[in-house]
Amino acid sequence: MTDRLLEIRNLEIDGESDEVWHEIIKGLDLDLDRGEVLGLIGESGAGKSTLGLAAMNFVRPGCRIRGGTICFDGQELTEQSETTLRKLRGVRIAYVAQSAAASFNPAHQLIDQFSEIPVVHKVKNRQDAEADAKDLYRRVLLPDPNGIGYRYPHQVSGGQLQRAMTAMALSCRPDLIIFDEPTTALDVTTQIEVLATIRDIVREFNTAAIYISHDLAVVAQMADRIMVLRYGELVEESTTRQMMSEPKMDYTKSLWAVRSFKKEAETAATEINPVVKVDNVTAGYGKEDILKNVTFEIHRGQTVAIVGESGSGKSTAARVITGLLPPRLGEVQFNGETLPKSFKSRNKDQLRHVQMIYQMADTALNPRQRIRNIIGRPLSFYLNLRGKQKEERIRELLSLIELEPDLYIDRYPDELSGGQKQRVSIARALAAEPEFIICDEVTSALDQLVAEGILRLLDRLQREFNLAYMFITHDLATVKAIADNVVVMLQGEIVEQGPKTDVFSPPHHEYTELLLSSVPEMDPDWLNELIAHREKHGVMRSTSTS
Amino acid sequence: MTGAETTSRDPKINRPRRTRLQGALREVLKAPMTAKFGILVILVYGFVAIFAPVLTPYGETEIVGPEFDVWGEQFILGTDGLGRDMLTRLLFGARNTVGVAFITTCLAFLIGGLTGLLAAIYGGWLDQISSRIVDVLMAIPQLIFALMLLAIFGTSIPTLVIVIATLDATRIFRVTRAVSLNVVVLDYFEAARLRGERIFWLCVREILPNITAPLMAEFGLRFCFVFLMIAALSFLGLGIQPPTADWGSMVRENAVLITFGDITPVLPAIAIAILTLGVNFLVDWFLHKSSGLKDGH
Repeated sequence: MTDRLLEIRNLEIDGESDEVWHEIIKGLDLDLDRGEVLGLIGESGAGKSTLGLAAMNFVRPGCRIRGGTICFDGQELTEQSETTLRKLRGVRIAYVAQSAAASFNPAHQLIDQFSEIPVVHKVKNRQDAEADAKDLYRRVLLPDPNGIGYRYPHQVSGGQLQRAMTAMALSCRPDLIIFDEPTTALDVTTQIEVLATIRDIVREFNTAAIYISHDLAVVAQMADRIMVLRYGELVEESTTRQMMSEPKMDYTKSLWAVRSFKKEAETAATEINPVVKVDNVTAGYGKEDILKNVTFEIHRGQTVAIVGESGSGKSTAARVITGLLPPRLGEVQFNGETLPKSFKSRNKDQLRHVQMIYQMADTALNPRQRIRNIIGRPLSFYLNLRGKQKEERIRELLSLIELEPDLYIDRYPDELSGGQKQRVSIARALAAEPEFIICDEVTSALDQLVAEGILRLLDRLQREFNLAYMFITHDLATVKAIADNVVVMLQGEIVEQGPKTDVFSPPHHEYTELLLSSVPEMDPDWLNELIAHREKHGVMRSTSTS
Repeated sequence: MTGAETTSRDPKINRPRRTRLQGALREVLKAPMTAKFGILVILVYGFVAIFAPVLTPYGETEIVGPEFDVWGEQFILGTDGLGRDMLTRLLFGARNTVGVAFITTCLAFLIGGLTGLLAAIYGGWLDQISSRIVDVLMAIPQLIFALMLLAIFGTSIPTLVIVIATLDATRIFRVTRAVSLNVVVLDYFEAARLRGERIFWLCVREILPNITAPLMAEFGLRFCFVFLMIAALSFLGLGIQPPTADWGSMVRENAVLITFGDITPVLPAIAIAILTLGVNFLVDWFLHKSSGLKDGH
């Protein structure tokens, strides 16, 4: 039995779009030994998932393997029949997807889905499979390992589900597991636990792994070797430590530089009075209160970052301010004057000054409207601009967001990339000439490089137009980059708030400490040190419940 | 270029932008045989319906020959039970049946579509009440209900149109409401609402452009069902009344010819069948395209 497990040579994969075949992977080589962990890094669209899936000779619908060889443990996969491949998949090569929630059948218990694989492949019988499941659940540190398998997917949290999926992938003791961005959808604090689990279990079973991610810091914790991909081609490949200390190519270096965007000193408020003040707001849906006694204020020219895990109430706060969720107690003031609780009772001017930019640019723009109309509507609706004036203003706005007017003005949203769509969302918000903009996780769905561009743009616009931003995010790196003031939320309450430097320097509230320490660093040993530190000090565990 | 990142889609801008019409024509040429058949059928029937008076040799209700004459030179498809030319009756039948069915479907869409949109946007009580009314109406078997209403209100063409449109509007309500609900929860709809847009804008400019695909497919299907319902009602005597030519009643009037081995009474039935088939093929193709199955998303 040789050590070389997977050998891919000159792989070429095409994808179809509008009856035209485009190259997705342009002649890649990949080597993987038994027990080795390989990290695949790149922006979205680089071909990471496509390459990872190709390791088991699988392509997504609309794609085809045009050429190249995929040799798995001496067997040439491209020549095998579908039947042979089916025997391999799940048994010797397993796949852990990004979204655990989408990968589990909501109608079956976890243990049923676990047992299905070894039973169908005739590796184990039902009882043995269930016993094995419980053992694996224990090893991936799931609470109540003997009982948790009998729950349904919606009854466990996201982090737990992700670990259950890892356990499920191990059910037949595969030689290779492909992890496709397994922690991208999780909170920072949950991510720690899942990362540690994956790394330990892979070592324990001496499984080879391909770890796909766009987050370099995360991959640095997990992989022995890293391959950087871009536009379907290899940019650089070396061992983790070597790549961390001496990246060779400019592109690799730029992936580091992303985290270096920092605001120049905190800007002082330009006016004494806050433009928006949230005063003692308690709000919720039905009987339960999601926000409890929340008070904070935002000044023009400043950015207030609202940080917290999912379920902390950040987005609910935004809904209260915009008037989508009238608060049970408390009020929201704009420039000193109390805003009507529901947006339906607010007049046009009040609505105009509170603009919102959404997280998912795909659903934030109407796919059947051209860019010209998306940006133009607020102009005609709020500012009564028509005809030539409106056209000029639209072009002006497009230039402001750094999109060439002639090229983009007549396009539909699906002809733009994620970053460009987000820029159009910004232009739409700006068109209303507001004083205050709520940015609801606007960079969370974007790659780091693209996100950096958006943050720079927002920063520039803030200085130019003296805007106030309320920046909702769960990513501390973003907060460090753009915030003046920080509000830390936990389960609907504010645990800490103040100027950025104050909040980020000790002494901290316990939860702030937890958040800050959970942000992955670019040091391969970071995870080890963190786990050791936490075990020693019995630090509070992640609190997210979904 | 500018500071923003370029997309791999940018090379497209060098291609001349196609108008929607050119895009549509290209799509039609790529369609499968069945869809082309469907389009052909609809075009032929449409043409016949519009130009019936010009195409037919005789008048619609003119008695021109002996009863149940055989197929010959003078009467290409023979004559019916009263001596009227079959071919003429068939062509006029196209105009009457198809025309009434079309108007009825449009009216049904107006009623059902509008209430469906409003129920999706407003939710709450409006949604509950209209949905429950629709549930009750749909619980009663449609044909029997229609027969009863027509017996009560008479069988003039306007009454026929209104009765069938109201009954069919229930189905359209459900479809419209379902697809509109998918749009109403999206961010861009919330953004429009927050802007302060009025209900007209929300319906027509935000939701409607995004639900045209399923609605058009539904239109085709509804048209078939309405069409068949009118033919069935006419066959039973409560639909389009004689002497107006109509395929359903033509089947009934000439049914006795079957006993003589003559297939003439089957002709209007075949005409009904071909139209239903053609529209169904077209709708199938349309649904397949708009479901995005081919993209594998």
